[in-house]
Amino acid sequence: MSIDLSMFHRTFFEESGEGLSLMESGLLGLRDGAEDADTVNAVFRAAHSIKGGAGTFGFTAIAQLTHSMETLLDEVRSQARRADGELVDLLLFGVDALGSLLRSAERGEAPDMTEVDPIRQALEAMVQQGGSRPPLPAEPVPAAPAAARIVVDIAPHPELFASGNDPYRLLRELEALGRCDTEVFTDRLPGFHEMDPEVAYLRWRVVVHTGASERDVADVFEWVTDQCDVQITATPATPVAGPAAAEPAAIAKPVRAAAGTDHGQAGSIRVKTEKIDALINLVGELVITQSMLGELGQHFDMTRLEALREGLAQLERNTRELQENVIGIRMVPVGLAFSRFPRMVHDVSRQLKKDVQLTLSGEQTELDKTVIERIGDPLVHLVRNALDHGIESPEVRSAQGKPAQGRVALNAFHRGGEIFIEVSDDGNGLDKARIRRKAEARGLVAAGEPVADERLYDLIFEPGFSTADTVSDLSGRGVGMDVVRSNIKELGGTVGVRTRPGLGTTFTIRLPLTLAILDGQLLRIAGQTFVAPLVSMVETVRVNPAMVGRVAGQAELYRLRDEYLPVLRPQRLFGLPGREAPLHESLLMVVEADGRRAGMLVDELTAQQQVVIKSLETNFRPVPGLSGATILGDGTVALILDVAGVMGLGLDRGEPPVAAAA
Amino acid sequence: MNGSAMDLQAADAAQFLTFLLDGEEYGVDILRVQELKAWDSVTPLPNTPAWVLGVINLRGLIVPIVDLRKRFGLREVAYGATTVVVVLKLEAGGRTRIVGVVVDAVSDVYNVGAADRKAPPDVGGTNAFVRELATVGDKMVILLDIDALLGEAADAATTH
Repeated sequence: MSIDLSMFHRTFFEESGEGLSLMESGLLGLRDGAEDADTVNAVFRAAHSIKGGAGTFGFTAIAQLTHSMETLLDEVRSQARRADGELVDLLLFGVDALGSLLRSAERGEAPDMTEVDPIRQALEAMVQQGGSRPPLPAEPVPAAPAAARIVVDIAPHPELFASGNDPYRLLRELEALGRCDTEVFTDRLPGFHEMDPEVAYLRWRVVVHTGASERDVADVFEWVTDQCDVQITATPATPVAGPAAAEPAAIAKPVRAAAGTDHGQAGSIRVKTEKIDALINLVGELVITQSMLGELGQHFDMTRLEALREGLAQLERNTRELQENVIGIRMVPVGLAFSRFPRMVHDVSRQLKKDVQLTLSGEQTELDKTVIERIGDPLVHLVRNALDHGIESPEVRSAQGKPAQGRVALNAFHRGGEIFIEVSDDGNGLDKARIRRKAEARGLVAAGEPVADERLYDLIFEPGFSTADTVSDLSGRGVGMDVVRSNIKELGGTVGVRTRPGLGTTFTIRLPLTLAILDGQLLRIAGQTFVAPLVSMVETVRVNPAMVGRVAGQAELYRLRDEYLPVLRPQRLFGLPGREAPLHESLLMVVEADGRRAGMLVDELTAQQQVVIKSLETNFRPVPGLSGATILGDGTVALILDVAGVMGLGLDRGEPPVAAAA
Repeated sequence: MNGSAMDLQAADAAQFLTFLLDGEEYGVDILRVQELKAWDSVTPLPNTPAWVLGVINLRGLIVPIVDLRKRFGLREVAYGATTVVVVLKLEAGGRTRIVGVVVDAVSDVYNVGAADRKAPPDVGGTNAFVRELATVGDKMVILLDIDALLGEAADAATTH
């Protein structure tokens, strides 16, 4: 046995983390009355895998806690228990306790049981109290009476270790059920020179003195039934076998050593299989190119120069695609950062006695992993503030004629070469007068000095506004906004606030997009390839010239069904050379941005593909109407349209700008 | 360059890469030159000055390409076999930008001591980009201040 178990710890912690969020969202779903079998099953399965893993790796506290939760969930699953509010809340506490246990285990610290124990006891009490569980048909025998003896004969197949299992774990789990008298049989053990350290030779007979049922004992072996012959016999009476060494030392030692090793702080990432498959394909292409070039190099003469050039170009393309895909691996959906909020909003709003509905959108927007990890805290802060200071109590809301249930929304999207994350509420808005008073008191604004609203609201991000005493003083926001701003600045982003008195507040976080990936539609305008973000495209129709009209001889409108759409001609707006294609040969791409719709005239649509967005600002400067550029498969650069920006060029200025020189 | 030539360099000497543009020889600090590249097609950028030819893919970087003849308001010529893109590192506004400039041909590398470099007389026009005039043998080399190449302030100074 030379397998270092700590290798698998990382995976276990990641999977458990995901399992926990799954349990949490499932439980929240149950709370909201969706008691369907699928949800219960999903939560049960998550608990079950955490328990299994924790048992394997020897995290006893985690395994015990999950065991109680699993039992309760199993009862819900078999409809022996109702998932009422009390149970769900208790299970949610259990999820929290599990989280804290997992975190301390991950850091290699001894768990702090002071918080966990009461929850475990409550769970166990709940299990006892609802002991009315009917025996399931699948169960062999109902629960045995207390302190029965259960005799377990364990004969692992020789290849047991190869599957990653270890009899030591099984013995330890049995021990957790009660006192064990263990006998080891060495009859299968060969002579020392014939011994293969990776083969399981030993057999055991364990007499477990336990109050647990036979089914609990059978559960221990759930993962090894294929690789192990297990016979379980309940004997109510006399002792059977003589006591023997409880822990086969030869096996115990390496496992202990492994458990003591360092957990390695290197962060890891879970990657979609498609992304890895794409990498494997690319490496495959690279190998083909390499062998082609190798063959060419062996028998090279000048007649084959062109083939060499092509080969090198192909090599360059392969390498670049590989590079981009490797970068893409770092991109994870922003939903990961959002996933904690349903629970948080549920808890905080209950605490504050407010009724709040959280909506999430744009969870699929991809962001660099580092950004996702570091955007969490500022977001928590903003959402907390929205719940605490933004949303009014149901009574106040009703009195103001608003729905009693408040709304908090998190939304993420790409625009203008940046990623936007919005945190909005439909609460009371910021209190301008109070901010003004505070600002004057702190000397940020002179008394009587005229200050634009935006600048005034922006002052809430000043450090002076962020002390704890402003929470009660300032009916709007207050706590730690300067920290929010500085955190976001560290990521190269900005944060701004918009508010409407009585109607709500929206915080907008803008993050740079240097690594972001966009689902793009490739299209051609005046012979040049552009990329439009798929998310801003509504539909595309062939232009019917009869539907184009002019308003006062100026702005062009297109009548699409019941709607009049302003027409954008990017070729003119961008000053692209060449004759414009006649209307009937053009396509009208209906686009949407900033809540506006327009029709954009393009020559043709080509492929749809994911593109890596590269900023034009890095080496140049922002260009109106463009959100960046990307590199296509053939190595050329294609510009990415900023739909909102193009609308700005076409609809807000009236005149297309002159593209010519200074 | 051999050892004795190195010894001869004065402490204040600097190396310049020079190139030709409409018959004149221009120099840039060689430490600012990242690489030389054959002229290839660019992706035009809309709504930018005409001297910005567009952008290229330089090993995954999006790099703007500036036509120095247009930038300096010189007569335009068709690009030929010697047309070269000099990839430069510009320092402005506290950051480094990679920019390619199209020149007629690359000429030479010179060591020029401080004694041979003079501030330019005020002749107007493209002066915004001229840092110093260097004397190399009996030739005059115009040493450029490349950091101002993309600058907005410099736009106004450019005439056609």
